[in-house]
Amino acid sequence: MNNLLSRHAECIFWLARQVERANSTARILDVNETFSRNARGEHDWESVLRLYGDEENFRATERRPTADAVIHYYILDDHNPNSVLSTICMARENARALRPLISTEMWVQLNGFHNRLSRLRRPDLKVENLNRLCSYIKESCQTHSGITAETLYRDESWYFHQLGRAMERADQTTRLVDVKYQVLLPQPSDVGSPIDEAQWNTVLRSAAGFHAFRRVHPQSMSPARVIDFLVFDKRFPRSVAASVLAANQHLHELRLTHGHMAKRGASTLMRRLTALLAEETADDLLAGGLHEGLDEMQAAIAGVTNALGREFFLLAETDDVPRGSGEAAA
Amino acid sequence: MTDRRPAGLLAGYDPGGFHCELFGSGKRPAPHTRIVRERLEGLSLAELRRRAQAAERELFNLGVTFTVYTSREQIDRILPFDVIPRVLSAAEWDTIERGVIQRVTALNRFIEDIYHEQRILRDGVVPADLVLGNANYRPQMQGVKVPFGNYVNICGVDIVRGGDGRFYVLEDNARTPSGVSYVVENRHLTQRAFPDLMRNIGVRSVSNYGQRLIGQLMELAGGTDRGPSVVLLSPGVYNSAYFEHVFLAREMGVPLVEGRDLIVRDDYVFMKTTAGLQRVDVIYRRIDDEFIDPEVFNPNSLLGVRGLMRAYRAGKVVLANAVGTGIADDKAVYAYVPRIVRYYLDEEAILPNVETHICRESEGLEYTLKNLEHLVVKPVGESGGYGILIGPHASRKALAEFRRKLRADPGNYISQPVVQLSVCPTVTRTGIEPRHVDLRPFAVTGRSTWVLPGGLTRVALRKGSLVVNSSQGGGSKDTWVLE
Repeated sequence: MNNLLSRHAECIFWLARQVERANSTARILDVNETFSRNARGEHDWESVLRLYGDEENFRATERRPTADAVIHYYILDDHNPNSVLSTICMARENARALRPLISTEMWVQLNGFHNRLSRLRRPDLKVENLNRLCSYIKESCQTHSGITAETLYRDESWYFHQLGRAMERADQTTRLVDVKYQVLLPQPSDVGSPIDEAQWNTVLRSAAGFHAFRRVHPQSMSPARVIDFLVFDKRFPRSVAASVLAANQHLHELRLTHGHMAKRGASTLMRRLTALLAEETADDLLAGGLHEGLDEMQAAIAGVTNALGREFFLLAETDDVPRGSGEAAA
Repeated sequence: MTDRRPAGLLAGYDPGGFHCELFGSGKRPAPHTRIVRERLEGLSLAELRRRAQAAERELFNLGVTFTVYTSREQIDRILPFDVIPRVLSAAEWDTIERGVIQRVTALNRFIEDIYHEQRILRDGVVPADLVLGNANYRPQMQGVKVPFGNYVNICGVDIVRGGDGRFYVLEDNARTPSGVSYVVENRHLTQRAFPDLMRNIGVRSVSNYGQRLIGQLMELAGGTDRGPSVVLLSPGVYNSAYFEHVFLAREMGVPLVEGRDLIVRDDYVFMKTTAGLQRVDVIYRRIDDEFIDPEVFNPNSLLGVRGLMRAYRAGKVVLANAVGTGIADDKAVYAYVPRIVRYYLDEEAILPNVETHICRESEGLEYTLKNLEHLVVKPVGESGGYGILIGPHASRKALAEFRRKLRADPGNYISQPVVQLSVCPTVTRTGIEPRHVDLRPFAVTGRSTWVLPGGLTRVALRKGSLVVNSSQGGGSKDTWVLE
């Protein structure tokens, strides 16, 4: 069988990342609306801007960070490359390029998802409709994962899809933890207060981890425990560790089954990150500075992405001619 | 009318003096469609419309679309699908099939001759300057050998049926003919939406096109010890026929590549994969000659592959269709095809041409100028129905303007009488009405030629219109060839 075109490998890796990003955005908006209130009991929508590092970009829209404005910015604004509409648009364009590879069902679902999103208008985004809309987005992203698992042929394209999804998820979770922690830290007096606890609940709910966390830690809710859960718990599917482990496994199988054992760059970086997550604890992470630690993880994830790019996506233009290719003249 | 007058759903249907694909005509009834007519008559218009809408929605959702890009957005459109099938009898198909095979064979002999000995030019059967001065003539192909001497591997022959009920060839498409994906998708749609209409009729299958195509393309590669690697080269997602490229790549199970995915090294062609460069033996290219290699043709082309012609001329890669086939489907050369058939095969054309006047010849020009209001005039270089004048539908001003164009550049035009294209019952806003149709069968040639039993029936959806092109408001129908 032919190996995958480099271009297609890159497309499907990003397709998976884009859908996962939309999924994560919908979770954060939804949970923010439902559970996140600041000390005065108001919704704090600026925290979402901080989470994505979008304060500057949002200011450029010249709107006040009201619920409506921020929700619009993250769902429908086509000037925001990270809005759900933008990411699903890009995912669909990638899917279009991948149509010869992906199943018809994958295309039909993503196409329908995109078409419905592009028909949304401002009234559909009203706060009272937000929960329903975010549920739709999350379910559509999950449907994409499900259809992919059920229908995509398990060749290289599958591994690149799974890699993309797992790495995006790992990245999104580090950001969620990082920003929430930063937001909370400046008010040491709040530690242990109901507001503080509510904030951590929100973080857990964003990652769909609240109830699982409760099962593991029925009694206490401390920042260190939440961080331990979200970053290091291998059994929690959205944790950084579980996502990195999955990515590592997919990369390993990809190399093993498709003749890529000579490519060591991404794999070495990935194993280093896996080892780090296996050895460290939440206390270590906090002791070394949480932000710095998470930054390091994000940099490692980006490093793996770059290495994948060098090794699989951007074919070197020189001396990469496979052995014996000159022989079979027509 | 034929053995029975229209009834039920079809009551009130009047083909208006044209040959009708479902009802035939006085001289040529269509007894083979009786069962289809009866079944159609049993449906209500509302039911038919409901199923038609569902079918079109399905096409849209499945992405059987072409994309129109504007500066702000992209719009996916489907080729409108009319649910009433066009039905051909086994005998009618036999004529078409033999005629198409004969024609493709003659065109291949012609192209081979032109790029080697040019006997036909020396013998004065076809004027030399018409071929050698043609914009589609590729001197780079002179002396280049292609497998089995077959240059046109995929051919679409546009056939119309005249008022006399006979088939005529209107045009050959020997470069990169499109539309075959609709033939297969339309059939799948009919099978889903009208299982009751099709039941036990014995319609020949069209679904193995991809297997036949890959088989023929592999044959072109000859023997390699690796098993030949075939790819489909597309201009990419922005091309209006992108869906068809996807369709064909999937049906054949081959990679769908773009120019940037390929590279030429030491006159071999490779594709860029995750595992490095992999040899490519056969390229089914859906990119026009002018864009395939910036080294030789359009230097600004981003769609092609630098060095591809070097590899091709060195015999290290097969291109389907070959480069330079445009001399065979040129509208000016078209007029000579019956003579080309006679010259190479010593046979009469099974499918005649429509009577054609060549404006580069003074008699042709004179005749055309004198009878302009009765003629269809076509520029020879264009495709897609652009730049055509339909005399009987043109205003006096348009006719006068066109006369000036003709006199200024007569060599650029041919003219033909208005063919009374046959009609087929078609679902319209006001009910079932006759609309004009043509037929594009697809022939695939490796060592020998195979014709897909069916073809693309295009239908001019505007009342009275004779222009069936999808870019000009045409739609399509499922085409049934009976066992």
